Amino acid sequence: MLSTWMVLATSLTYLLALFAVAHFADRLSRSGRNQAAISNSYIYSLSIAVYCTSWTYYGSVGRAVSSGVGFLPIYLGPTIVFTLGWFLLRKILRICKTQRITSIADFIASRYGKSQLIAGLVTVMTVIGIIPYISLQLKAVADSFGVVLAKDMESVASGLAAYDFALLVTLVLAAFAVLFGTRHIEATEHHAGMVVAIAVESLVKLVAFVAVGIFVTFGIFNGFGDVFARAAQLPELSQLMTMENAGNNWMTLTLLSMAAIVCLPRQFQVTFVENTDEAHLKRATWMFPLYLVVINIFVLPIAFGGLVTFSGSGINADTYVLAFPLSHGQSLLTLVVLLGGLSAAAAMVIVETIALSTMVSNDLIMPVLFRFFERRLAGREDLTTLLLNIRRVAIVSILLLAYSYLAAVGGTYHLVTIGLVSFCAAAQLAPVMLLAIYWRGGTRNAALAGLASGFFVWIYTLLLPSFAKSGLLPQSFVEQGPLGIALLKPYALFGLESLDSISHSLFWSMIANVGAFLLVALRERQSRIEHIQGTVFVEAFSEQSPPSHPGLPHFTRGGASVGSLRRLAARFVGEERTAEAFNIYARRQGLDNEAGLQVDSGLMRLVERLVAGAIGAASARVAMASAVKAERVSYEEIMEVLDETSHVLEYSRQLEQKSRELEIASRELSAANEQLREADKLKDEFMSTVSHELRTPLTSIRSFSEILQDDPEMPEDQRNSFLGIIVSESERLTRLINQVLDLAKIEAGRMQWDIKDVAVAPVVREATQALQPIFQRDGVRLDVAPVPDDLPPVRADADRLIQVLINLISNAEKFCPKPNGVVSLIVRREGDMMRFSVIDNGPGIPEADRKAIFDKFYQVKGRNQGDGNPAGTGTGLGLTICERIVSQFNGHISVVPGREAGSEFTFTVPISVTAAAPSH
Amino acid sequence: MTKSVLVVDDEPNILLSLEYLMKRAGYVVRLARDGDEALASVLETPPDLVLLDINIPKRNGYEVCQSIRSNPALKNVRILMVTAKGREVEIEKGMALGADGYATKPFSTKELAERVAQLLNGTGA
Repeated sequence: MLSTWMVLATSLTYLLALFAVAHFADRLSRSGRNQAAISNSYIYSLSIAVYCTSWTYYGSVGRAVSSGVGFLPIYLGPTIVFTLGWFLLRKILRICKTQRITSIADFIASRYGKSQLIAGLVTVMTVIGIIPYISLQLKAVADSFGVVLAKDMESVASGLAAYDFALLVTLVLAAFAVLFGTRHIEATEHHAGMVVAIAVESLVKLVAFVAVGIFVTFGIFNGFGDVFARAAQLPELSQLMTMENAGNNWMTLTLLSMAAIVCLPRQFQVTFVENTDEAHLKRATWMFPLYLVVINIFVLPIAFGGLVTFSGSGINADTYVLAFPLSHGQSLLTLVVLLGGLSAAAAMVIVETIALSTMVSNDLIMPVLFRFFERRLAGREDLTTLLLNIRRVAIVSILLLAYSYLAAVGGTYHLVTIGLVSFCAAAQLAPVMLLAIYWRGGTRNAALAGLASGFFVWIYTLLLPSFAKSGLLPQSFVEQGPLGIALLKPYALFGLESLDSISHSLFWSMIANVGAFLLVALRERQSRIEHIQGTVFVEAFSEQSPPSHPGLPHFTRGGASVGSLRRLAARFVGEERTAEAFNIYARRQGLDNEAGLQVDSGLMRLVERLVAGAIGAASARVAMASAVKAERVSYEEIMEVLDETSHVLEYSRQLEQKSRELEIASRELSAANEQLREADKLKDEFMSTVSHELRTPLTSIRSFSEILQDDPEMPEDQRNSFLGIIVSESERLTRLINQVLDLAKIEAGRMQWDIKDVAVAPVVREATQALQPIFQRDGVRLDVAPVPDDLPPVRADADRLIQVLINLISNAEKFCPKPNGVVSLIVRREGDMMRFSVIDNGPGIPEADRKAIFDKFYQVKGRNQGDGNPAGTGTGLGLTICERIVSQFNGHISVVPGREAGSEFTFTVPISVTAAAPSH
Repeated sequence: MTKSVLVVDDEPNILLSLEYLMKRAGYVVRLARDGDEALASVLETPPDLVLLDINIPKRNGYEVCQSIRSNPALKNVRILMVTAKGREVEIEKGMALGADGYATKPFSTKELAERVAQLLNGTGA
């Protein structure tokens, strides 16, 4: 048996040795020499193994005894995250670096609009959530001392030495946490010494656990085969090794531990805040999982060996690790195992309380101080001592709270269950964390709602029942529900009874958490700063937000002087660190030293980041605001600056919008221009064609006039023939001019239309009478089918209708053979339309020309000549005008070949509605 | 030897007036009413000069001009374009295709006769 004195002395010496390591590493770190020795990927990976606490160290064996491989999911989650989810870690790491994140509360608050309220809420959540976990460590250490110092194996089984040691352990660990974590304020919250010490502890607990594993497996038993073979003979063991026994909460535990490896404050601290080089993460992605594998190799052999050896002796399976060397009189090994367990607990407690105290000081106490005691703070040149003291008080308070929880609740639970309660609390941070880096949306209120809802459900379904179990609350609260309402039973909310308490809590809290978050996020509009931070976080790897430009609305103006900014930084991070940062910044600006510095946005940003490194982003903003305010710049003015920044952003957004609109407008304009050009071209062509058409008759007129003038002796009949040509070409010219004008009028919409009910018979009569002389002159017959008197009137302009008829009939006459030419006109009703057909027995129109015949100036080539027809009298506009007029009446004109020969021109005109109705 | 002139135009009245003018000037006159007819006539018996309208059916004046110019056997045929298309580019196009002159409708009969005489004398005949 080991003497009490020796055990305590060895433990204390071990802790002091660790502190020496930390101190030495710190000095090395500050000297700037030999950085690789203390800041490398091995130390980084080992420090992450702070995940394996005394809970793991002792509790895994206990859990393996009760549920076989059920101890594994706690390690499976982190392994999955590090091997498969490394990109997620890398992104969080990058954000932490660019945003100078100091804690998980800082991270979440910074993401959702730099809200102090969120930072405070997360701090409260984690402190309350983690306290059971810390008390668990105290219990494990106290238990381990109790076991080792028990007088004999009997008392190991019965006594467990109560909590005699627990308070002592608490105080010693508190002292060390204060020593490790609050010796000085670092601008980046890097605790190089602490990290090295944690790595050493990780190594010690690994060596110790493997050592006892080897001792059990190969010392007491004859290798793995022997352990399993002998254990297999135990009746209770055959069912232990099945998945059913591993528990139906396998999935729950895996998910919980996946969340925990990122969201537990100490894991966030070592993985992201303490990281000095992004490249270190690469090695950690396989080294940390490997560590987990190695430390778990001997869990099952020790558990089974323990079952074989201690079955029925009443010894708690959580203490098998110690019981083996102890019962075999292996004093040295016992001590090593004890130190391993102490390492696991101490490392956890130190990192966890440092992380929590940072959050408490930065996100709870300082904001309150700034708000309510600003004037008194302003008088203090150096705030670092105040900050450190706050953190010291926080560390001690947290540990005392943990001790209280242990004293009240601890005796009633297994190690594992208490740990899972904390895991479940930490998991409440997971949704906002995940959404923070992969979804731009989300607002401060959404995050508050989600976190608070999830946390409330956690308190109700896990924390309060744990109080009830230990008698702090009436037992009926769990068994019958509050006030006897069964639906509100904390372990069976809304009647959900099939799940174990952890899965049950996780289920409901996640629904509340994510539900509330999305409900608010989707209803609210993001503020400018929420939007900016959302973009910065989600696009951490894009070029748009390089590390030096976090893209925030910073304090860019105001009365702040270089001196005042410098004083502000020095108050939080110390003179030395400030001088260094200012000098580096000055050199980067191309100056010899900081004397030449001027206040610009870059310097503002530098100071804000320095201060943020010490007290977090949210508090830093307030500190900056108050510093600038001290320079007689009003709060309103700062808000104005911020507002201006957001206005500028808004303005640039509007500019973008405007430029997009302009682009569209200019596209439309150029399209319109194109149309105009096209129209212009058409007009040009029209003018050119008109000019050509005018020149043609003019040519004949001028030529023959000159010929007649030059040849007075010309024979009489030839002279008459030439004069006849001059007359007919003049008529053609006149017609052409009239038609061009008509067409121009119609197309410009300036034609006067007198559309009314027009009786058909008089119109037909007038048109045919006007053409009688031509028909008589050429000897062509005009057949007009009898127009019935009861034909209804049509909707048309009478004069224009007559014009169309004259045009079509005279056209037909022109192309008729002479003699024997016949032109027929038939008018009949067809439904709602009146149909006019003009048929000739001329040469007809080639198929290819039929469609184009209504186009301007289109003339069927060769049609105007030969066979002694009155040649060259067409203008090429007659049919076009007919088509326009008929269209104006809402009718239609077309041409088809005549039944025997020639062509049939047909057009329709709507029958008057008033007249049409009764005839139906 | 009497010079021969081929008049090409699709407007009967213009054809008539040009025929009269050329005959009065003492040339042997042949007529054509479209591009095909004109080209056939030129190939059959190359005239000394063609009065060529551009806007004619089947094969326009430019094509006729081009065909004549691409045939070495017809290199002595003078071409005077007569057309109502008065724009600068059309004149240039005609000249580029190998026309020897260009007259715009409505033309002065006197000037046209002089141009024809000039072109025919310019050949050295």
